[in-house]
Amino acid sequence: MGSSKSSLRHIPNAQELIQDTGFSAAHIQRLYERFDLLDRDQMGRLRVPDFEAISHLAMNPIGDRIIAAFFSPGKDTVDFPSFVRILAHFQPTDDNRTRDSSGKEPYNSPNRKLQFAFQLYDQDGDGKISRAELLQVLQEMLGMQVTDELLQSIAERAIQEADLDQDDAISFDEFKKCLEKVDIDQKMRIGFLS
Amino acid sequence: MPSPRLLPLALRVAVFLLLFLPPPAVSDGTQGPVALARSTAEEEDQHQDHQHGGGYKVVQWEWSYVQTPYIIATWLLVASVAKILFHFSQRFTKVVPESCMLILLGLVLGGIVLIANKKQLYQLEPALFFLFLLPTIVGDAGYFMPARLFFDNLGAILTYAVVGTLWNAFCTGFCLYAAKVLNVIDAKVQADLMDFLLFGALISAVDPVAVLAVFEEVHVNDTLFIIVFGESLVNDAVTVVLYKVYISFVQVGAANVQTADYFKGVASFLIVSIGGTLVGLVFAVILGFITRFTKKVRIIEPLFVFLLVYLAYLTAELFSLSAILSMTFCGIGANKYVEANISQKSRTTVKYTMKTLASIAETIIFIFLGISVVDKSKWAWDTGLVSCTLVFILVFRAIGVVGQTWVLNRFRLVPLDKIDQVMMSYGGLRGAVAFALVVLLDGEQVKAKDYFVATTIVVVFFTVMFQGLTIKPLVKWLKVPRSTSRKPTINEEIHERAFDHILTAVEDIAGLQGYHHWRDKWEQFDKKYLSKLLLRKSVYTKSELWEAYQKINIRDAISVIDQGGNVLTSARLSLPSMASRASYPEFTNVTNYLRENGSGVCLDLQVIDNVPGAKVEEDTETHHFLAGNLYKPRRRYQSHYSRHFMPLGEKERQDREVFQRNMKIRMESSKSTRHKRHKKERSIKKRRGSDSKEESSEKPRRNVSWHDKGAEPVLVPVESDKDRSDAEKEDDEGITFVAQKVETPKPRPKSVPAALEVSSSPPARSPSPPLSADSHLPWKGGVGSPPPCVSVEATKIIPVDLQQAWNQSISSLESISSPPAPPVPDPLHPRISALSRLGAPRPVSYTPPSSSSSSTAAGTSFNTSNTQLLHGSFLFPDRRLKEEEEDDSFESSQELQPDTPSAPPPGTVLPGQGRKKNPCVYLRSLVSSPPHGSSEPRSRGPTQL
Repeated sequence: MGSSKSSLRHIPNAQELIQDTGFSAAHIQRLYERFDLLDRDQMGRLRVPDFEAISHLAMNPIGDRIIAAFFSPGKDTVDFPSFVRILAHFQPTDDNRTRDSSGKEPYNSPNRKLQFAFQLYDQDGDGKISRAELLQVLQEMLGMQVTDELLQSIAERAIQEADLDQDDAISFDEFKKCLEKVDIDQKMRIGFLS
Repeated sequence: MPSPRLLPLALRVAVFLLLFLPPPAVSDGTQGPVALARSTAEEEDQHQDHQHGGGYKVVQWEWSYVQTPYIIATWLLVASVAKILFHFSQRFTKVVPESCMLILLGLVLGGIVLIANKKQLYQLEPALFFLFLLPTIVGDAGYFMPARLFFDNLGAILTYAVVGTLWNAFCTGFCLYAAKVLNVIDAKVQADLMDFLLFGALISAVDPVAVLAVFEEVHVNDTLFIIVFGESLVNDAVTVVLYKVYISFVQVGAANVQTADYFKGVASFLIVSIGGTLVGLVFAVILGFITRFTKKVRIIEPLFVFLLVYLAYLTAELFSLSAILSMTFCGIGANKYVEANISQKSRTTVKYTMKTLASIAETIIFIFLGISVVDKSKWAWDTGLVSCTLVFILVFRAIGVVGQTWVLNRFRLVPLDKIDQVMMSYGGLRGAVAFALVVLLDGEQVKAKDYFVATTIVVVFFTVMFQGLTIKPLVKWLKVPRSTSRKPTINEEIHERAFDHILTAVEDIAGLQGYHHWRDKWEQFDKKYLSKLLLRKSVYTKSELWEAYQKINIRDAISVIDQGGNVLTSARLSLPSMASRASYPEFTNVTNYLRENGSGVCLDLQVIDNVPGAKVEEDTETHHFLAGNLYKPRRRYQSHYSRHFMPLGEKERQDREVFQRNMKIRMESSKSTRHKRHKKERSIKKRRGSDSKEESSEKPRRNVSWHDKGAEPVLVPVESDKDRSDAEKEDDEGITFVAQKVETPKPRPKSVPAALEVSSSPPARSPSPPLSADSHLPWKGGVGSPPPCVSVEATKIIPVDLQQAWNQSISSLESISSPPAPPVPDPLHPRISALSRLGAPRPVSYTPPSSSSSSTAAGTSFNTSNTQLLHGSFLFPDRRLKEEEEDDSFESSQELQPDTPSAPPPGTVLPGQGRKKNPCVYLRSLVSSPPHGSSEPRSRGPTQL
């Protein structure tokens, strides 16, 4: 542990991040190494091409969306703290840490996890997944093999299924509702360093 | 040709018990109906024969000729009847697991045989067990193993299976030896360390049969189930290997065993298990590859599955590799590809046959177990050994589980909590494998065999009976999260897939080679190479999500049928039971209900498996009906229904049966539509109704209809006929398949959460008339696009006008069948179209008409939603057919254009065969002959009683 602590000094705001995200020092250390690796021009921040350089990510159907999710609106770079904060969504939900000191919901709460997923769909950020948005995602996830008509019918079905207020779109609440039987925590977690 | 005296069915069981009597002792009085039915002249002949003494005998006693199959068949019959009896009382089966009952039955049977014969005739023979009984169970388990769950928990499963079993085996063995040294175990038990280690090995395996039997009935959560079950499968392999190693050691003699031999033992263990797995995977590839080409010979598809899976077992056995592992991995590996390749019908056949066989095998094993207990000559009792063994296996199992879980939880994403651990320790049931292994021991080499047998029996009894009995209360008490048996909604399916993608992406970004990453890798490999090699071209291009979507649509279609059928049945049948059934409002909401209760992750395992054994048998029955002839089952079912099940008030069973019957009605109408048969003729045939007649009359008709389509008869008549029949099977099949899911669910509460209601019945909510060509409307979504209900292969787009024709015909057929009494004069029933214009949203809790009047207000709105739904989702039979035809010849596919005039049928075989101008017209004409349509159910009415 000594080594990781010493190297933590290189990392800006490490303690704050640990407190904020619930990652351990080892996690932060490990993530920082990764960040450093991705940051090819060593500017201390990542740009979209840096993400796109990850070879496997290119094969991910919704990779672009996920990359986009790392960037807060209007910015074209992501620094280490934001990088870690995004990844914090994927920590297993910690029951003891339902509220952190500032009263904010921790990143790894099921709600935040869902929000993260939701914003991948909701590209225009109006708080709703419209039919077109859903269709787009479906298109990406289903690839070329399925005809547009199929996609439309699937999207139609999905919206019909989830849409409670009949506005032809899925709001976050509806999104949450239709996934309430899914163990979000289990679905949206990564064993960091485990 | 021998003519054995046939015995009445009712006497068979009794005769079975009298088998030990010398054949001549059976008097003429036991002659069966067949013999009795012979003419008196023959009787006289016989007497004359007797008088002459010798010479030609008309009727002979040929017992030795039929003995073996007869006994086997009788066994199965007894076991099956026993299962029926167990399930008479639901309250009883809720408390007592079936396996307990079967052992008790075995005790009783064994007792009877023993009392009568002084000597036990029936023994569980190793060959029977290892070559026939075990493969059926393992094959079933492996093939229907939820692969993803299995591999998700592979680490845990392997750890428990290998480490845990070794731990149990060694600890039990050594501690028993210690007990022996300390004189806790009587000196009569002549056993040394090696013998005890051997015994420890065979007693330590958790048995898949027992675990399956109990855990399935308990419905624990998926993870726990898969871990215990997977463990029990794999550790059989471990046990068998250990057992064989020890046996060879014992044969050599403990003193002669050298250090090198121990290493050889370890090596043999590795080779046996890895080799077995590889053999299984090789066979899985072969199986997948073969089923890729069975399109034209659908009928033998299931056979390939059985044969290759079984061959995997035998081949592994041949090389003395782990046959269990081989079969399991063959099943797991091939399942995905086979399921995608073979037809829906074959899928169901495979499923039912496997389940039936497994159920039979399980039953037989447990009964044998019971029987062998009765025979005192086979075992010797030693209290010390028995009690020590019991204590040790319990203690070491618990220690092993806790210890391993502690280690595993450091790596697992989803840790196993304390309750899980208790369940796992407690769920370590021993069963038939241990028993078979101990019976297999050579009494010459293992002196204490009789003691071991007794101990094993006690252990099996204790674990299966006591632990099996108490595990349910324990589960309740500990509140193990039960498996939520429901199918994912389309949203869940989409979003969960999205989550998977997100996770993979984030792992990539975070630079973690996590499990998801490997899964992704595997999927890519699978997509790139395996799927291309093992899947049909038409199949492998489709994505899983699309399949899920189809499944959901099929479900909806079924729920429609159920809804429609409810009105229909309640109206049609004057049975009091039927009428009362109509008063369950829950039935109308089958969609929701399915969504809530349909099986979850492990689709296949849950569908049938959760249903206790007797139900499996019933379902199998139904399935066979559907495969052969559609009509007979309904009759049988109803007699079943009213005679046995109705008095018990089993709602689950009821709605299942209702469901199935209605589906059959549904399929029948669509079937007859496709084959352009005269319904009247059909109903006449049906009334005559024997299997063979139905079979024979089916063939020519198919040919005719095929000719009708104007395709070249000389070119591919056989194939097309096959495919045709296949298509036909497939659609009624598709429904049966899903229908099983209704079995387990409990009736839905009346107060339906509004959200669910809305989400699950989207088509009903839309306000426009169903017949409009608006493809943006939800229920039209299915129309404008490839059929939602068609099996995976059917994705080609069918002309819209044709779809409409089909839809119209369906809706009009529906209108015929829903109002029972008055014949409907024209294809588009006015009421239906009027109703469809209403388009009122479906009431949240809809109450169907309690009497036979289907024209009440409630019934009206019901019908509306019903027809609407139909347009969206109930398309498949026609489509399916077309698909098949397109594959057959281009001509026939052209024929499908509604406006293309069809060539005159070359040689009309059946009289009264309607000629088809175009599908639409034909369907209408069919519809406009309502007396047949409505007479059909009626004619059936009386016979059902």
